[in-house]
Amino acid sequence: MAEVFIPCEVDGTYRLILDDRKSGLFKVARRAFTDPDVLQREREQIFDRCWLYVGHASELKAPNDFLTRNVGGRDLIFNRDRKGTYQAFLNTCPHRGALIAREKCGNALGFKCFYHGWSFNNNGKYSTRTPIGVYPENFSADCSVDLYRVPRLEVYKDFYFVNFDPNAISLSAYLADAKEMLDLLYEQSPDGMEIIGGEQQYSIRANWKLLVENSVDGYHAAETHSTYFEYLVDSVGPSVTENMEERIARSHVLSLGNGHAAIEQQGPWGRPIARWIPAWGEGARTEITSLVSELEARVGPQRAERISGFDRNIIIFPNLVINDIMAITVRTFFPEAPDQLNVTSWALAPKGEAREFRKRRLDNFLEFLGPGGFATPDDVEALESAQRGYRNQQYAPWNDISRGMLKAAPAVVDEEQMRCFWREWAKRMESAE
Amino acid sequence: MSSAISKQTDADATRRPLSRQAYEDFLYQEAALLDEWRLDEWFALFEAGATYEVPTAGASDEADSHDSLFYIADDYARLGYRVERLKKTGAHSEFPRSICTRLISNVRVLGTTEQGVVLNCKFVTYRSKDNVTHTFFGHHRYVLANDGDAIRIISKRSHLDMSSLRPQGRVSIIL
Repeated sequence: MAEVFIPCEVDGTYRLILDDRKSGLFKVARRAFTDPDVLQREREQIFDRCWLYVGHASELKAPNDFLTRNVGGRDLIFNRDRKGTYQAFLNTCPHRGALIAREKCGNALGFKCFYHGWSFNNNGKYSTRTPIGVYPENFSADCSVDLYRVPRLEVYKDFYFVNFDPNAISLSAYLADAKEMLDLLYEQSPDGMEIIGGEQQYSIRANWKLLVENSVDGYHAAETHSTYFEYLVDSVGPSVTENMEERIARSHVLSLGNGHAAIEQQGPWGRPIARWIPAWGEGARTEITSLVSELEARVGPQRAERISGFDRNIIIFPNLVINDIMAITVRTFFPEAPDQLNVTSWALAPKGEAREFRKRRLDNFLEFLGPGGFATPDDVEALESAQRGYRNQQYAPWNDISRGMLKAAPAVVDEEQMRCFWREWAKRMESAE
Repeated sequence: MSSAISKQTDADATRRPLSRQAYEDFLYQEAALLDEWRLDEWFALFEAGATYEVPTAGASDEADSHDSLFYIADDYARLGYRVERLKKTGAHSEFPRSICTRLISNVRVLGTTEQGVVLNCKFVTYRSKDNVTHTFFGHHRYVLANDGDAIRIISKRSHLDMSSLRPQGRVSIIL
């Protein structure tokens, strides 16, 4: 298998990445973004083996709630049974394959396939009534005609993940130090967090790993998003561009283990949880001050400062991004083809947030994020542009990801966070298992 | 939203519905301004305090940008900056500018509210850039007011009657 996706020979072995820590050079072969064999191997080595985000607990508020979602290229049903237990099933009829649930979401005690009418309880149990003699008496005894369960479903701080590999390590072990990132989100509110209604589903004509890189890329911000920062200067004031160097110097990169990584900084924008900007008015200032007081009382001043005062862009390997910046976006994406990815983005917020407060949060979200924001469309343009550039890969074969590699403490404008991802990626892709 | 619409009775002049043809002329002119990238003239059609919204694809007419994630929920100031931004070369998604054609049809005057005349129409917008053409379709919901001989936009909401933004990927133009 290995020789299929390999672009060049280094020290007698073939590699898709070059990781020269001594010289401070890190290169990624552009073929990693274009080769169908690489994608096929990613499906086998990464998407079939890693923990993949399926949904947030708040999306299924009541027992019997369900939603349908594509995860890792597979259609799933994510639901709660009559007792309220969270479950995940493959959305395919054990009989002849049709989708069992075709709505986006709902509340159902059971599911009935529209093709031949096979029926199932919402715990997946076969419940079709058939005249005696049609099927053997013990037809459903071995569970072979029940809905197929996704082999593993586990949760951490309301984030549910599935794994198609029954032998995978636990979610807790897999998340490693990324758990603390989810803790910091979870603690933002005394009542927990929830997904706000409305999801942004869009696609990009680019390789999925380009969006991983872009989501934690502090280097591109000033250049690609100049028009957003110009807008911020108007709405926030000159502080946006002041102290930029100092701000970057205070930022840092967190290597969270197993390919997870984050950048942490104090951005120039307003943060609904804590960082007030004049455009929000004095009323909002009072509200935000009281939010911070509540937080300090609950988790202590030091942790409160970290939760409220710092922005975090987080990648949870391979394809979950949580950006807790001017608002909180949860974003997951899957490759449709080497040059095509599908994204779904949500907004996460404290449960029970006041209407005006939530509007401010959503405005903050939309100013930067999403297909109609002042920034994301330009990211899409950049990713698609890079993908086109890779058509030249035969003669221009390498991407450079070396920035800040020799620094003891890389900053957000360096590329250590991407190297964390790529090292895990390469480890899994090159694994003989 | 529809429950708030009452049949026209004694509205004052700013809220008295004009003929459908008058609105069609207005909508065709608006579409032409956008097709021709005459964005300042387009923005001048909006009354101060007006809003421009694009809910997520397939959202219901009742969707509220206070508690649902949209693609765009601009107040007047943010819409003003959207126009300014689109005129900059730093708006990379629209540089070089895309070529667009906007078709308007099925124009219906639905009634009046406190704010003005409620109008619904269907749209198809084609956007072409880098040899890729995408189609956006759905319905616009306007609230319009008469200002002498002119028609002013109090609010414009563009509902994408599609199941997702796949393959379009972005709403970097004004629909």
